[in-house]
Amino acid sequence: MLLIHCPYCGERPEIEFSYGGQAHLARPARPEELSDDDWAAYLYLRDNPRGLHAERWRHVRGCGRFFNALRDTTSDRFAGTYKVGERAP
Amino acid sequence: MSGYRTAQGGRVDRARTHRFRFDGVDYEGLAGDTLASALLANGVHLVGRSFKYHRPRGIVTAGAEEPNALVTVRRDAARETPNLRATQVELYDGLEAHSQNRWPSLWFDVGRANDVLSPVFPAGFYYKTFMWPRAAWAALYEPMIRRAAGLGRAPSQPDPDRYVQRYAHCDVLVVGAGPAGLAAALAAAAGGARVILADEQAEPGGSLLDGCPVSIDGEMADAWLAWSLAELAGNPRVRVMPRTTAFGYFPHNNLGLVERLTDHLADPAAGRARERLWQVRAREVVLATGAIEQPLVFPGNDRPGVMLAGAARSYLGRYGVRAGTRAVVVTTTDGAYRAALELAKGGIAIAAIADLRAGMPGAAADAARDAGIEILAGATVRGTGGGLRVSRIDIDGRRLACDLVLMSAGHVPAVHLFSQSRGRLTWSDAARSFVPSQPAERAHPAGAARGVFGLAAALADGAAAGLAAARGSGHPAPAMRFEVSGGERLPDAAGVAAAMPAGRGSKAFVDFQNDVTARDLALASREGFRSIEHVKRYTTAGMATDQGKTSSLNVLAIVAGQLGRAIPDVGHTTFRMPYTPVSFGSLAGLARGALFDPVRTTPMHEPAVRRGAVFEDVGQWKRARYFPRAGEDMRAAVARECRAVRAGAGVFDASTLGKIAVCGPGAGEFLNRLYVNDFSGLAPGRSRYGILLRDDGFVYDDGVIARLAPDRFHVTTTTGGAARVLAMMEDYRQTEWTDLEVWLTSVTEQWAVIAVQGPLARQVLTPLVQGIDLQPAALPHMAVAEGRVAGAPGLLFRVSFTGELGYEINVPADHGRSVWEAVCEAGTAAGITPYGTETMHVLRAEKGYIIVGQDTDGTATPLDAGLGWAIGRKKPDFVGKRSLERASMQSPDRRQLVGLRTLDAGTVLEEGAQVVETPGQATPMKVIGHVTSSYASATLGHSIALAMVAGGRAREGATLYVPMPAGEVPVTVTRPVFYDPEGARLHA
Repeated sequence: MLLIHCPYCGERPEIEFSYGGQAHLARPARPEELSDDDWAAYLYLRDNPRGLHAERWRHVRGCGRFFNALRDTTSDRFAGTYKVGERAP
Repeated sequence: MSGYRTAQGGRVDRARTHRFRFDGVDYEGLAGDTLASALLANGVHLVGRSFKYHRPRGIVTAGAEEPNALVTVRRDAARETPNLRATQVELYDGLEAHSQNRWPSLWFDVGRANDVLSPVFPAGFYYKTFMWPRAAWAALYEPMIRRAAGLGRAPSQPDPDRYVQRYAHCDVLVVGAGPAGLAAALAAAAGGARVILADEQAEPGGSLLDGCPVSIDGEMADAWLAWSLAELAGNPRVRVMPRTTAFGYFPHNNLGLVERLTDHLADPAAGRARERLWQVRAREVVLATGAIEQPLVFPGNDRPGVMLAGAARSYLGRYGVRAGTRAVVVTTTDGAYRAALELAKGGIAIAAIADLRAGMPGAAADAARDAGIEILAGATVRGTGGGLRVSRIDIDGRRLACDLVLMSAGHVPAVHLFSQSRGRLTWSDAARSFVPSQPAERAHPAGAARGVFGLAAALADGAAAGLAAARGSGHPAPAMRFEVSGGERLPDAAGVAAAMPAGRGSKAFVDFQNDVTARDLALASREGFRSIEHVKRYTTAGMATDQGKTSSLNVLAIVAGQLGRAIPDVGHTTFRMPYTPVSFGSLAGLARGALFDPVRTTPMHEPAVRRGAVFEDVGQWKRARYFPRAGEDMRAAVARECRAVRAGAGVFDASTLGKIAVCGPGAGEFLNRLYVNDFSGLAPGRSRYGILLRDDGFVYDDGVIARLAPDRFHVTTTTGGAARVLAMMEDYRQTEWTDLEVWLTSVTEQWAVIAVQGPLARQVLTPLVQGIDLQPAALPHMAVAEGRVAGAPGLLFRVSFTGELGYEINVPADHGRSVWEAVCEAGTAAGITPYGTETMHVLRAEKGYIIVGQDTDGTATPLDAGLGWAIGRKKPDFVGKRSLERASMQSPDRRQLVGLRTLDAGTVLEEGAQVVETPGQATPMKVIGHVTSSYASATLGHSIALAMVAGGRAREGATLYVPMPAGEVPVTVTRPVFYDPEGARLHA
């Protein structure tokens, strides 16, 4: 079980969190201006890196807040977690 | 007592005799025995039949690595534990155990025919042979193979024992309480660290328990052991846990431990937990898991009486048991010479030591020769003889009589936990094994577990690891030193030996538990398998419950030899948890029966129970499905409840609906962006049917959204969708639309909801309602008002999921029951009838109202579901809008919601049935749709169904077919609204 550092609450076990997929995907402000292909890419295409991955977590059974994390997908080690709107460390 | 027990020595209590029974025969052992040592003390070696060939098998080891001696221990019919290693089963008075995989008896087993037929059972035999005909696999081959090949039988009754679970945190977790582990724990504790020391055995001490003739810090080994355990026990920051196996090493230094609490007791106190699962989060972990002695591969090496040299020494030193009277030692290491000398001193005659290495060992051999033991250098084992017990071994041209063959290929570090933690292993020429190198976690392998052999070295290495771990957890400690003197004796490194060639008709086993021979491995190489992982899967070597603890090195050596490559180049297979099998009971803990999953009940649950409701599970909720009267089945009850709602009034518990309070200045805009509907024109006191899509355009949830005030909305969701809708809302609120000031609160359990539906609903409610004008002009369809109902403050919605005049009373949950009872009371004259979810389903289907998740399945757009009217066309954007604009999402050929009527009014279609266009098609038919909802409608006098059919709306009036096992059912496509299509009753 991972130990995850919630930027608001501190270290908590993984069962208190839910995973939220890749981070820093802003929903397009004007979807109607996107081509079908670009819209499909926004909806479905995700990075699948071997190594550091910026991803969203939510401390759903805690403070309820979403935050972002940099996790190494091969070792499960977190390089850091940070609040929504902040830049990745 | 038999002649196999020594007169003195060992750690057994000779004053306490335990009676036990094995396969129906009564024996006696001593307190401190394992089942294995007690059987050996009675001269019993034959304890099981092998997995595939049903060959007689004996005890090979003295520990967790035992591949053969798997037994079932039985306390009563429900407490029957299969596949326990006899080497780890602690003896208690009255213990009853059985051998496995034999029929009719261990001594005479008809499955032995497999052994005779073995030339036709090579590696991959099942893959090659049982491929055709395909249907025979499930019906014939698999059940047959499973019966013939196998281990113990799973108990058939529910486990009556209790299992508990705990979490623990510590600075340093030390796994293994042998010399290295003890030294690590002492060193870490000296620094003030919080230490947990876990060991799988009944008694901590590891190899020190075998009666080491050495002294540590001037004390004999067992005295030093007692001192160190007392030292640890006296430290309140240290917890020593015997009978505790660390079975899994999970990310971020999280280890799973299982502590056996009662299995060693003759008569455990009732109610006492049998096992306790620990989830330990440690800052630092010391892995002092020791090393495992490896057998040698030679023909007939699986005969009962052939065991590991170190195991025989353990039985002698720790249990005072001679495993035989006359032994031949077969070895590729020097360590076995020392074992032979000790065993000779203990009264086991050593007929010879056969050293399979080409060169002659030095000092070790001299000592043995001085003791009068014959040494056969550069020997080759041709086979063994004897029926159910070894009686001779053939070495080169000689036949040596014996009742015990002791083998040793040296020791392999137990790297299981380290490897599970994704630590990297590298080949060590010194240890002639894979040893831990780069850790992935805060892990410190120590002693034999990392190839550091010998007592003095292990103590020093353990102390250093303990020190490093203590320092890593913020508790710097002084260095600790242990002085060892006397004839040191601890495992030595593995001596890799190539497999002995097996002659025709004889087998040299590599993996005892899965019956894999050297020849099977050679065959795999010949057939082109190169990767060690593929060889493992093809031959099943290392895939048994022991995960190859006594086969890994020999498999590697043989495969490397076959491929002409060096062992380090072949690599090793992956180690996976659990280290030894863990009971399901421990993993489940208390989460069984009523505690498996929470049960949610509504405030009106008790009145429904009293009314005799039949309940159904909807998620975690218990919902009343129907309220049968005496003699009624579901169909009759539902028909009566439907008629009551259509003709008079019905009352329904809708409290499980998800409810979310959406408040704040941005609430209206928030819902506008989220739902397909346009809420900008929604006035306070009005509500609207809302549809929520995902951004891919498919229906996610629906519900009624009421505006209670300009900045306050009451949103309802489906019963099952409440949590995920709130999660989706939070996601958009927190991460996309941070410009909006909105607060979201789940109020599902705060409101009790009582639906009163039917033409007489207004008449029933009028005397109960205060402060709300119920007249249609004041409270039309979809209006909502605040007031009091039966004295309780609440919200009154005029909404309908039945197509009748209807209201939904929302009162604080505490008032739910009294208001429910008041409504039933007030409705007596009108014949008010409580109805359940089944009736609700029929009533809504008659009106063509969909249920998200039943009529939609995650691939339906609102247009598909006939809900296009709800979409706010003028809105620039909402979640899912862009996807709906794709051409394919508007194709007229998509599956659309339609009604189906069977020609025969009494035929009720099956939900999930497929729909085809033309009759008489051969399978596979061209399917154009499926039935999503189907009921007998008492109101209409015929069955009704909803279906998703390709291009369905254009097919109105067409005849389609629903193929069923009993024949095709012709159906007519209709609109999905079967009852009151104009909605006159709704607006009454």
